[in-house]
Amino acid sequence: MSTRRIALTVNGTRHEAEAPVRQHLGDFLRGTLGLTGTHLGCEHGVCGACTVLLDGRAIRACLVLAVQAEDRAVTTVEGLAPSPEALHPLQAAFCANHGLQCGFCTPGMLTTLEEFLRDCPDPTEEEVRVAISGNLCRCTGYDSIVAATMEAARAMREAAA
Amino acid sequence: MKPPPFHYHAPRTEAEALALLAELAPEEGRILAGGQSLVPAMALRVARPSHLIDINGLPGLDRLEVGDGQLRVGPLVRHAMIRRESVPGPLGALLDKVRGHIAHLPIRTRGTVCGSLANADPASEWCLVAATLGGAMLARSMRGDRMIAAEDFFQGFMTTALEPDELLAGLHLPVLPEGTRWGFHEFSRRAGDYAQAASLAVLEMRAGTIAAARIGIGAVEDRPRRLPEAEALLTNRAPTADLLRQAAAEARATLLPTDDDPTRPALAETVIRRALADAAGIELP
Repeated sequence: MSTRRIALTVNGTRHEAEAPVRQHLGDFLRGTLGLTGTHLGCEHGVCGACTVLLDGRAIRACLVLAVQAEDRAVTTVEGLAPSPEALHPLQAAFCANHGLQCGFCTPGMLTTLEEFLRDCPDPTEEEVRVAISGNLCRCTGYDSIVAATMEAARAMREAAA
Repeated sequence: MKPPPFHYHAPRTEAEALALLAELAPEEGRILAGGQSLVPAMALRVARPSHLIDINGLPGLDRLEVGDGQLRVGPLVRHAMIRRESVPGPLGALLDKVRGHIAHLPIRTRGTVCGSLANADPASEWCLVAATLGGAMLARSMRGDRMIAAEDFFQGFMTTALEPDELLAGLHLPVLPEGTRWGFHEFSRRAGDYAQAASLAVLEMRAGTIAAARIGIGAVEDRPRRLPEAEALLTNRAPTADLLRQAAAEARATLLPTDDDPTRPALAETVIRRALADAAGIELP
């Protein structure tokens, strides 16, 4: 099978590895780099669990080939927290508001919302619901996820003020 | 859910990409742009290209330019790059509204406008915009460039006038004059889902009457198109609630839906009526 050697930055660390050209970025992150925080659900772009940030923009890791991440910077859920001791405000708010139940959708929710709150720091609940409309939570815990996002947005606005 | 094996090419120049496409098109070689339709189709094994020619590394293809009364959208312009502030006048506001209806945030950051046009899904919002506004597609190959008008470009369900060796190198849309009124409505079961029916209406008003009307319908027939009967009904008339209702009903009567979903004609009529009402600034449920 055709493979290519790729170099990319993931969560601030430079990696170089061999990737089959048909391998998507999600499998590369999990299988080759061992970063299993990114979850793979549907693998055809519908469930949103595998969402990661590519050069700071939320993308589906199942719809980008690993070889397309050559020389790019990827941030996964493992890279959201500012330090090993502190949580990202979204992560802290998800904990406080029971925003995770089984946790499968959480990495995709967090990465999607990270970009969303950068673009829209003072959202309405309705805007949050639309923002996560491409992220399926099979526990249907959307109310707590929305509540957590509103709290995180408040905390981030206060920290920036 | 893994794509079948293929050969991957990452050309560094557009000329190299076109040469690869000319060489590999006969062997099912395909352009890979945003990949938000092609890659899932490959994962589901309904598309099996033997070669992918990835244009994401090509410089200068992500330009959004305005000049000579036209907006030119390059082949690597992502949905998310279409913003009100990047396009002047009513066209900017129109495209901004439409963008919000395209899939979800992480799809819009990656998927491209030209990719949607080349994919030609009947429910695609950008295809509806191109068909309604009279857009033109720039097709490029080793053989040269040619412009294809929207009405010739969309040829049926996911079928376009592009030849296998042609890259869709741009969408050209006419910039709308100040004062142009427009409305866009779509119905989908969930936010970001494929539309069940979508309509775009554009009205040019003069002294309280409709001087020219463009009404488009998408997601109902095998391709998006304008609705000339309804447009004719509105032309040179003052917009009233009754007239708009009548135009939407007229439009419904001319539709040939591709399926026998009994709700579709009613949904089509509703989105047309709402798009017209928004364009005319009339409250109409």
